[in-house]
Amino acid sequence: MNHLAVSKTYKLFIGGAFPRSESGRTYQAHDTKGNFIANAALASRKDLRDAVVAARKGYSVWSKATAYNRGQVIYRIAEMLESRRTEFGKLIMISTGGSTKDANAEVDAAVDRLVHYAGWTDKLAAVMGGANPVSSPYFSYSTPEPTGVVGILTPSGSSLLGLVSVITPVITGGNACVVIASEQDPCVAITFAEVVATSDVPAGLINILTGRASELAPHLAAHADVNALDLTGADLELRASLEQAAAETVKRVYVPKGQPDFAAAPGTARLRAFLEIKTVWHPTGALSLSGGTSY
Amino acid sequence: MKWEYSPAPESSAIADINDRYMPFIDGAFKEGSGEDRDTINPGTGEKLSTISTVNAGDIDRAVKAARRAYENVWSTMPGAERGKYLFRIARAIAERSRELAVVETLDNGKPIKETRDFDVPAVAQHFFYHAGWADKLQHLGLGSAPQPLGVAGQVIPWNFPLLMAAWKIAPALAAGNTVVIKPAETTPLSILVLAEIIADADLPPGVVNIITGAGDVGSMLVNHPGIDKVAFTGSTAVGRRIQRELAGTGRKITLELGGKGANIIFEDAAQDQAVEGIINGIFFNQGQVCCAGARLLVQESIADEFIERLKQRVETLRVGDPMDKNTDVGAINSKAQLDRITALINAGIAEGAELWSSSCLLPKNGYYLSPSIFTSATPSMRIAREEIFGPVLTTMTFRTPDEAVTKANNSPYGLSAGVWTEKGSRAMGMAASLRAGVIWDNTFNRFDPAASFGGYKESGFGREGGPSGLAAYLDTDDEAVVR
Amino acid sequence: MTTREVSPQSADPLPSHLSDATADEASLRRFLFGLPGVDPVGIEQRAAGLATRSIKRGSKLAALDLAISMVDLTTLEGADTPGKVCNLARKAMLPDPDNPETPHTAAICVYPDMVPTAVVELRGTGVKVASVASAFPSGRSSLDVKLADTKIAVDAGADEIDMVIDRGAFLAGRYGTVFSQIVAIKQACGDARLKVILETGELATYDNVRRASWLALLAGADFIKTSTGKISPAATLPVVHVMLQAVKDWKAQTGVQRAVKPAGGIRTAKDAIRYLVAVREVAGPEWLDSYYFRFGASSVLNDLIMQRRAQLDGHYSGADYVTVD
Repeated sequence: MNHLAVSKTYKLFIGGAFPRSESGRTYQAHDTKGNFIANAALASRKDLRDAVVAARKGYSVWSKATAYNRGQVIYRIAEMLESRRTEFGKLIMISTGGSTKDANAEVDAAVDRLVHYAGWTDKLAAVMGGANPVSSPYFSYSTPEPTGVVGILTPSGSSLLGLVSVITPVITGGNACVVIASEQDPCVAITFAEVVATSDVPAGLINILTGRASELAPHLAAHADVNALDLTGADLELRASLEQAAAETVKRVYVPKGQPDFAAAPGTARLRAFLEIKTVWHPTGALSLSGGTSY
Repeated sequence: MKWEYSPAPESSAIADINDRYMPFIDGAFKEGSGEDRDTINPGTGEKLSTISTVNAGDIDRAVKAARRAYENVWSTMPGAERGKYLFRIARAIAERSRELAVVETLDNGKPIKETRDFDVPAVAQHFFYHAGWADKLQHLGLGSAPQPLGVAGQVIPWNFPLLMAAWKIAPALAAGNTVVIKPAETTPLSILVLAEIIADADLPPGVVNIITGAGDVGSMLVNHPGIDKVAFTGSTAVGRRIQRELAGTGRKITLELGGKGANIIFEDAAQDQAVEGIINGIFFNQGQVCCAGARLLVQESIADEFIERLKQRVETLRVGDPMDKNTDVGAINSKAQLDRITALINAGIAEGAELWSSSCLLPKNGYYLSPSIFTSATPSMRIAREEIFGPVLTTMTFRTPDEAVTKANNSPYGLSAGVWTEKGSRAMGMAASLRAGVIWDNTFNRFDPAASFGGYKESGFGREGGPSGLAAYLDTDDEAVVR
Repeated sequence: MTTREVSPQSADPLPSHLSDATADEASLRRFLFGLPGVDPVGIEQRAAGLATRSIKRGSKLAALDLAISMVDLTTLEGADTPGKVCNLARKAMLPDPDNPETPHTAAICVYPDMVPTAVVELRGTGVKVASVASAFPSGRSSLDVKLADTKIAVDAGADEIDMVIDRGAFLAGRYGTVFSQIVAIKQACGDARLKVILETGELATYDNVRRASWLALLAGADFIKTSTGKISPAATLPVVHVMLQAVKDWKAQTGVQRAVKPAGGIRTAKDAIRYLVAVREVAGPEWLDSYYFRFGASSVLNDLIMQRRAQLDGHYSGADYVTVD
């Protein structure tokens, strides 16, 4: 007797859980030949609102973790992804119509990408910060801090690697994110959410919404509790209107300078874009009274 | 015994104010084609000089000159040589320091004591610091040969005219960019004296261009298609507008906007020095500072006694003629600004806060305001939320450190904060928890070119000073792209 | 410039929070450690800022006269002789013979065995005789010896006694000992005003200067004084800021105004005027009086005189035109 497959329901990933869209809507995901794959949740403005709330909570937990701890969590995502490589390989092939070889190479690259960023968390402050040699009796240092909640528009065309390449640098710096998945790749995105959910990642740190960027992104750009935007997945026309909306709350906006080649080594631009430099001054007090004799 | 200080005026002769000043474009002072404007001495209300301003055609000329200089001279010049020009400028500023201080005081209204002891020395140091970076960009951690962005369009405010010019010009040039910069319409003089210094230093024509005019000129500049990078310091309202106007253009922007800094006094603070820090925080530069300590959050257990001490100290502040060497608090920059501050003071009174003002006498002419303190203020009042940009302190209390953090962070702004406590662990903990770009422990209003400055949230993005300030003028996008 | 007559020390009742502090050593320690700290960078900055005040013309002349009237002209050398003390006394009475309207100094300050000479020279002139005491400068001896030292000076007619605190006891935390020594010497002073030398250079921190100032005030000091002038650092502007703040706070809490004396390291008229600015702006104009502020110095007097002449004559003076006594 042949086993009748139990197909997966692809829901949203918000606050560490998998709710359906509060709108009850779905849309059909297809493979490159036009065959039906699954019904994906079609996220609404209210889902986005909930995701931002969850992200803010996730951020407050993540910012209390040490850099070492954060690195270990990101490494665990790599472990979990590696352990499910066969499944992801199949999903990529269905979604892109590419070869097994290419799909496997993409999974390799995604795992390695996560490992790369896992090693960055406890080095950012040393590379981007430091002591400031001020010309007055103070100890002054500058140190990078996360900006808070980042809204990310995932690029299409590189289903797993693109997703991992836009999300990971954001959380590496200590931020939380609300990710609008590529409309073409909802299955890869939500399956990745399952990997995240099993990796000791704080609830709400990463939230993934499947649906229409053109519908959701404007709300993300206007939301006053979102600190920054990554517009990698936005087409040029959408980009301009999103940047305009972002200006109302002086959001930090990252726009890649071209079409990113995620196969190449990542630089540091995506890390820097979502970090704030904080400068602190503290008097170094006189240990004697002779500081006052210079008159 | 009554012992009053005799007037101790600095002589204004050294400033040798011209009748007329012109824009500096492509290495020369030439008449602009815009409407003439007057610049006023806010200390007296009298006219200082006439300024020729620019129109769209002049702006175009300036941007083209900057582009030519960038392509033909500046971007191909070795960093070490660029650095030497900046060193020359730094030294010349130090040589003409008294003249610059007097010009700044006459045009801005801030006390000569401040321009002489803070503004101008800081300007010289800013150029000197950045001069040394010009041939060391490969050590920033941005790759072995970070590239400049091209032509920078810069718009600066009236509160620290010459210092803001230094903060814009020095890093841009050190990184290899050329600039077109617009001073504020009420304070164009000191940067035009700097232009003389720049010309005397033989800086190649077109590397620095100074265009004069009002808000419309600034708007035309930042929107000019020949500009690769926009740097703006000013109000959050204008910053938002610029960010909106540049949406979709791909132009790089940095913004340094407003603030409503919290100065937090714990019960174990070194009280006398905390009082000095509050004074400095809100009355330095007449409170016209983006990072001013505009909100006093004092721990309730010491509040009454502390505020009493504070008022007594404020009474000793000498308010008056900015050119008198003993003046502590000078004039407000313009009638318009004075009116804005007064409107907010009236709002505070109307909302039920209690106003106390110093009993100092104010000069009859010029734009002056008595240093003032609002007590019984609540977080929902306009005087607690909106930037006043004047010598007015809004006071609130808190009970615990957590509450202080929550109240301090509860603002759309995030530029600065002050923390006063003798307990080291608390100072460090507060510094980590406050969402602001600059945290001052047991001090306030300290600046240095080596220490980055800039805001969180609606106080802007991007930094000035330090390595991160330099990065703002370099192409830091190191992500590989598909051909 | 007014002078005050020496009056018997009235036993002003202290407010309870202050009298409780002196109940025993433990209470005194708790009180002293409950005082707010002093941030060294902050106070040095304020002192440097006030030092840029520009005092010119009429206000400079007034300051010079005031400063001269506040000088405790001092000689504290092993080699002091009656001749030296006589010359000093003459100088104190008539600092600038070519300009006899120049104020006389507030006092001269000598060792106890020189007091008789000073008293004879200065009788009826308005210049006070101050004497060091209590095993000056080290303060390292028994209380009996310190009291005997004080008695010599008082019996010989000293108007003011400049005692030293026991710094060893202070740094060892025995504040009760320091306190009771001051009380005992104050008693031995009788009608003479007591200046308590903290020797701030040995106390080494601004926090200690604040605590020692309050301790001395609680014990009945009429003056708190910075230094013996025998070690470095002696008086500095930031240290005097702390002490001026202490007497200002003391007056706010008790209604009684006490005095401050920097000593040592004040060499030029410019230095002296900077101190006067500090007095005016930190404590208040009520302290601008030789009853409430003194300079312990010797060489500064000639610079004050020369600057005074320069103000009046319109040209700079020279060392040959002022007497060396």
